[in-house]
Amino acid sequence: MTVADVEQLQQDYLAQIASADLAGLEEIRIAALGKQGVISGLLKTLGAMSAEERQEQGPRINGAREAVTSAIAARKDALESEVLNARLAAEAIDLTLPAAASPQGSVHPVAQVMDELAEIFADLGFAVATGPEIESGWYNFTALNMPETHPARAMHDTFYFPDRNAAGEEMLLRTHTSPVQIRTMMAQKPPIRIIAPGRTYRSDSDATHTPMFHQVEGLVIDKGITMAHLKWTLETFVKAFFERDDIVLRLRPSYFPFTEPSAEVDVGFTVEKGKRVIGGDPTGPNGGWMEILGSGMVNRKVIEHCGLDPDEWQGFAFGCGIDRLAMLKYGMDDLRAFFDGDLRWLKHYGFSSLDVPTLSGGVGA
Amino acid sequence: MKFTLSWLKEHLDTDASLTEITDRLTAIGLELEGVENPADVLRPFKVARVIEAGPHPNADKLRLLKVDDGSGTPWQVVCGAPNARQGLVGVFGPPGTYVPGPAFTLKPAKIRDVESFGMMCSYRELEMGEDHDGIIELPEDAPVGTSFADYAGLDDPVIDVSVTPNKQDCMGVRGIARDLAASGIGTLRPLVIADVPRSGAGPDVRTDDADGCPAFYGCTVKGVTNGAAPDWMQARLKAVGQKPISALVDITNYVMLDLGRPLHVYDMATLSGGLVARKAKEGEEVLALNGKTYTLDASMTVIADSAQVHDIGGIMGGEHSGVAETTTDVLIECAYFDPEQIARTGQKLMLTSDARQRFERGVDPAFLDDGLAIATAYVTQLCGGTASEITRAGTPPVEARTVSYDPAYCAALGGIDVSATDQQAILERLGFAVDSGETPWTITVPSWRRDVSGKADIVEEVVRITGIDAIPSTPLPRLPGVAKPTASPAQLQERRVRRLAAARGLNEAVNWSFISDKEAAPFGGGDWTLANPISEDLKVMRPSLLPGLLSAAKRNLDRGAGSVRLFEVGRRYFKAEDGTSLERATLGIVLAGDKLSRDWRSGKAQAFTAHDVKAEVLALLDAAGAPAAKLMDFAPDAAGPGGHYHPGQAATLRLGPKNVLAAYGTLHPSTAKAFGFKPVHGAVMVAELFLDGIALKPRGSAMREAYAPPALQAVTRDFAFLVDAKLAAGDLVRAVKGADKKHITDARVFDSFAGQGVPEGKLSLALEVTLQPVDKSFADDELKAIADAIVKAAGKLGAELRG
Repeated sequence: MTVADVEQLQQDYLAQIASADLAGLEEIRIAALGKQGVISGLLKTLGAMSAEERQEQGPRINGAREAVTSAIAARKDALESEVLNARLAAEAIDLTLPAAASPQGSVHPVAQVMDELAEIFADLGFAVATGPEIESGWYNFTALNMPETHPARAMHDTFYFPDRNAAGEEMLLRTHTSPVQIRTMMAQKPPIRIIAPGRTYRSDSDATHTPMFHQVEGLVIDKGITMAHLKWTLETFVKAFFERDDIVLRLRPSYFPFTEPSAEVDVGFTVEKGKRVIGGDPTGPNGGWMEILGSGMVNRKVIEHCGLDPDEWQGFAFGCGIDRLAMLKYGMDDLRAFFDGDLRWLKHYGFSSLDVPTLSGGVGA
Repeated sequence: MKFTLSWLKEHLDTDASLTEITDRLTAIGLELEGVENPADVLRPFKVARVIEAGPHPNADKLRLLKVDDGSGTPWQVVCGAPNARQGLVGVFGPPGTYVPGPAFTLKPAKIRDVESFGMMCSYRELEMGEDHDGIIELPEDAPVGTSFADYAGLDDPVIDVSVTPNKQDCMGVRGIARDLAASGIGTLRPLVIADVPRSGAGPDVRTDDADGCPAFYGCTVKGVTNGAAPDWMQARLKAVGQKPISALVDITNYVMLDLGRPLHVYDMATLSGGLVARKAKEGEEVLALNGKTYTLDASMTVIADSAQVHDIGGIMGGEHSGVAETTTDVLIECAYFDPEQIARTGQKLMLTSDARQRFERGVDPAFLDDGLAIATAYVTQLCGGTASEITRAGTPPVEARTVSYDPAYCAALGGIDVSATDQQAILERLGFAVDSGETPWTITVPSWRRDVSGKADIVEEVVRITGIDAIPSTPLPRLPGVAKPTASPAQLQERRVRRLAAARGLNEAVNWSFISDKEAAPFGGGDWTLANPISEDLKVMRPSLLPGLLSAAKRNLDRGAGSVRLFEVGRRYFKAEDGTSLERATLGIVLAGDKLSRDWRSGKAQAFTAHDVKAEVLALLDAAGAPAAKLMDFAPDAAGPGGHYHPGQAATLRLGPKNVLAAYGTLHPSTAKAFGFKPVHGAVMVAELFLDGIALKPRGSAMREAYAPPALQAVTRDFAFLVDAKLAAGDLVRAVKGADKKHITDARVFDSFAGQGVPEGKLSLALEVTLQPVDKSFADDELKAIADAIVKAAGKLGAELRG
């Protein structure tokens, strides 16, 4: 075979490959490169050639083999990807159809705020204490320096049970979280730093009062604690909770039987877009004061009731409404909705399970 | 407590502005509730003279006036008042003025085609009375052009403060003035007590109840005329919301508001003999001045004559002996009642009054003579008559009380440094007598400060008057290092289950702790029922979290919710043996409506099943720290889950036979019906996790148990058993797992089938068993031995391996 013949042969095969389908391609491969194939046959002839001939024909024939081999591979790839593309095109789906929805769970704002409080106060060294909600009159009133005839006792709108405990004391629903102060002081040696969040009850029901609500109590008992520490603690807490530095507090002298001196605490607010927002200048045109806390130095009689010496141990206590804190921070305006269990409300005002309050991430979710 | 600025200034000599005074009131603990000046709305009205009055061209009953209000140009005013006439001096509101009575703003108008500018006003139009017969007529010499509010002396702001229960002294205007003076805003004027000429013996009064009424002072005034009180007194009473009644009644009210000293005046004509303060007889009745009849008991103090009770001592007088216009002889009572008794009686009778508010805080026991003298002087001045001598029965508790006080305690407790000199000055201005000769000081408490008994009270006074806002802010001492963890194991558990439940798609609700009797009944009723619930719906302390959750779920379905997944973390309330409360931490779940709404892939909506709620329970128990591997399913029995569950679709998970950690399943259809669920709502799934039954480990070492994943791969083998249809699958799984504890790491039911090919009364259960080789891969004979052991263990439960 002449050199030209080999070249012609190669051209013919390439032309056939270019238009072959997958089955044709295999036939061509067998015809050209199979054991009995034409090009395989040519390769076999090389052995019988003279050295000069082989030098001339060898590269030509090998060249033809390589060209045909790679053309077949390339054509095969192309054909296979055509088939794949066709299949993929046939497999197209509508991804605008909705994915499976997973139910959206939520944490109640009251629980979230309690977690926030625990986080803030943990940084100040406060533990979280709890106590029973069904209390005796002794813990709820008497130990807190409210004897039976105390006018403040009547002001508490107490829910009573007909029952008495083994000690003969009247049983009632706690009207505040303050009995936890007593229980803590009786159970634990000072120094004490606790907050006590929980459910509290008063027989009151209107737009801003529900018969059940949540309070948080704070108590510090140590040596050398003064009202100046109380003031700092409240300022620090309120600024951390509302996550603003421009918050101002105003302490007003007041009266609680279990603290002396006592102070009510107002926080400055400003009106933004028709809503009261904690922070800003309370004396400015859109500003004002609102009461958020009651506080004071723990009354000496209360410390004595708990078996401690008020000349050795003293400290402060404060209490405030958790539902109200939540409303002021997150903007709900109806307290009753907190206890209605309306899924629409819970999903809107509730928190994701991942919104765990942390100091590094910010206590607000 | 309301008072007017001019009233305050009768006791307080001050140049301070109204705002300075009101700010200071709040600052010293008399929180300002409001301040209102009745003159504000009347300020644009002027004293004006009608200089011309002629007929209206188009109306007989109307007059056409020219009115001079001092502004220069007379106004043309159409007026319909019958007394509108030339020369009348009255009150004129120019155009643009808001008229409070009819509540409109005056605009120039045409009345029957004649232009009219402004209005001559009646008293009713200015909300100063009911008089609407004609326009106001002022004296001829009233200065035209001046503000009517100024002319009529109405420019007197009314201040309202809230007085805390400890402040007995501020239940009268004078006490408030004393506090303000102490704070440096002026000086307290001396109290003038007029000398009343007296003749004749005092009345026959005595006290037989030395505890309830330790002192009963009284005198008579004979020959009085009980007309109206003078204008100034009426105006002050009206300004603070008291309705003037008659001179005698108004005097007692005025002295009470002015000096915090309640009094009572009896019409002597209605009395039979002398008056005695005594304990009431059980069941004795009295018709009080408020028109209601009260039944008294033997703990209450009354004032009575020989015939009947005339006064619920210190709280409210009786209707029968009250003074009237015709009264001529009166007995004035000035008594001291025991504060605790007054409080108890008031609470029992549910009766509040201005007198009770004062007596239960405590009135000044050293002020009986002066109080009676002042009241008697008013009576004789305003009503005439002759006063008798005073009868003094009993003795008020006037013993001086002293407090030992070290001025350093102010800084030690109050956190503010106030010099000893300043402290002493403040205390003395408040009426304390301070002997500062040596430390500690001896401080004598004034008779009107029953609330002050110890050194902390003294600090309170100093801090309050100095200004509580002046206290510095001092950081709490901080322990070195990063803040220590403070949450208890129970608190951590609660946080974990709450956040996991929310992560699993459940919404947290907070429901009432109290429920109705009806709601509590299916759950065995409650241990605690309120004596004074606000409604029948909120009465019984819940024995279960489910009633609240079910009601909430029902409300949501009624509002159109398709799917309800609610949970609550809270307490159930029981009674301990010693009568105290046993409150058990619990997590409740309700699943209602559709589990999946209809969907383009899965077709029809899918309902919740008991296995769905089981999945929640197991996940949450695990998060709560329950040992999952040791939990056992128990079919319903005496320990649970209770009659509110479907008896065939509910179970409990326990650690041992008694310790129930959770109950779950389908709600009993009768209970569902009782909560208002309808068949269309489908079955309701519920669960309760009894968190307090889970033993919590205290925070331990952070170090984990050593572990390396096994080098050899686990293999699985499937076993299909034919079992009795009643066999619990859980029992079979437990038996299979127990067949070779060394190698079997898991056994899982992957098929449960009854029907074609499975005999009647039987069930085919297929298990995939995971086998973990330990040292070397399993040989065939080892695998066969394990399989044989599995089949044998299953066989003990009557299970046959299917061919």
